[in-house]
Amino acid sequence: MCTVCGCGTGSVEGNAHSHDHGHGHGHGHHHHHHDHDHGHHHHHSGDIHFGHGPAGTEVPGMTQDRLIEIETDILAKNDRYADVNRAVLGGRGILAVNLVSSPGSGKTTLLCKTIEALGDQPLAVIEGDQQTANDADRIRATGAPAVQVNTGKGCHLDGHMVGHAMEHLDLQAGSILFIENVGNLVCPAAFDLGEDCKIAILSVTEGEDKPLKYPDMFTAARVALLNKVDLAPHCDIDLDLYETNLRRVNPTIEVIRVSARTGEGMQDWLAWLRTNLAAKSNAEAAE
Amino acid sequence: MSLCEGIRTVIEDQAAKHEIKAIKTVRVEIGRFSGVEKPALEFAFDVVMRGSVAEGAKLIMIDLPGRAMCYDCVAEVEIQDRLDPCPTCGGGKLMPTAGDEMRIKDLEVV
Repeated sequence: MCTVCGCGTGSVEGNAHSHDHGHGHGHGHHHHHHDHDHGHHHHHSGDIHFGHGPAGTEVPGMTQDRLIEIETDILAKNDRYADVNRAVLGGRGILAVNLVSSPGSGKTTLLCKTIEALGDQPLAVIEGDQQTANDADRIRATGAPAVQVNTGKGCHLDGHMVGHAMEHLDLQAGSILFIENVGNLVCPAAFDLGEDCKIAILSVTEGEDKPLKYPDMFTAARVALLNKVDLAPHCDIDLDLYETNLRRVNPTIEVIRVSARTGEGMQDWLAWLRTNLAAKSNAEAAE
Repeated sequence: MSLCEGIRTVIEDQAAKHEIKAIKTVRVEIGRFSGVEKPALEFAFDVVMRGSVAEGAKLIMIDLPGRAMCYDCVAEVEIQDRLDPCPTCGGGKLMPTAGDEMRIKDLEVV
């Protein structure tokens, strides 16, 4: 059992026997050959002695206790699911955007208006909420295919949930997949779903300091949609200060001012989607 | 809680691979900007590890500093808070480059 190649789950059978081995033995677990000769001992009666270190060397004084170096991201499992999703989406030239925001920023309304404006552009929607299928029902009312994922007590979508949801959607090549995350500006920042980018939506009623209060999310996002700009004159807010604060936590963030209700700025947002979809399709065609 | 379940999954994979009977210590590296609430992680750790090989294990958290690239002076600097100005030039355009780590470093096992 060697910590270098991770081999040998040690399907050890038989009785107590001990042997010196230079790694070329054949009993139970699979054969492998190492050139080096580090004669560590396996005592196959149940106790295993070996220390940590690059070649599994024994450390005097260490008997049963040992240190296993892992160096694995805590979210490694999520990232593996996300990588699979990304490969599936990339293979079909699908642009996937992960819409993140606080609850009530107008994500679903913005999405419904976006779907209407995109016309016959193929698209699909994954709706994440803790409870109810209300949002998916609203999306389906526009004629777009939608799957609702209820996270129960969970506060975010993860790569595994999105992978399952994708299986329930007939995703056409060259379509746009909108993933509307659970309304939460904290946890969804850390979970990769396999999307092309995160798009943070914030509404003008939330206060200019929102990006400063929840910097993780605005750092993780590539685009910020500043929604409900039609309300700006009624709530004493400074739209430029919103942008300044967004750029303070993320100097490269793209900001698009929109109003889903009046349609202001929607053309800019639609142009962004079309440009990025074309880039994704071209990247796929080039491979 | 999700993080602890992530830790448990990694530990169980390792336990199967290395024939681990019990784990005494789990060391994790937590970056300054990772968004991990350490007391919450500590609390959830004990609960989530029950029934696993890491039941009763000690959780040691190692802090990693936050680093950022300054878009004004192009220096890579260490900052305490995401909103800090650049310590070199005082500029405010900083892009975090490190500090969002959440990594299991190693396990001390029996």
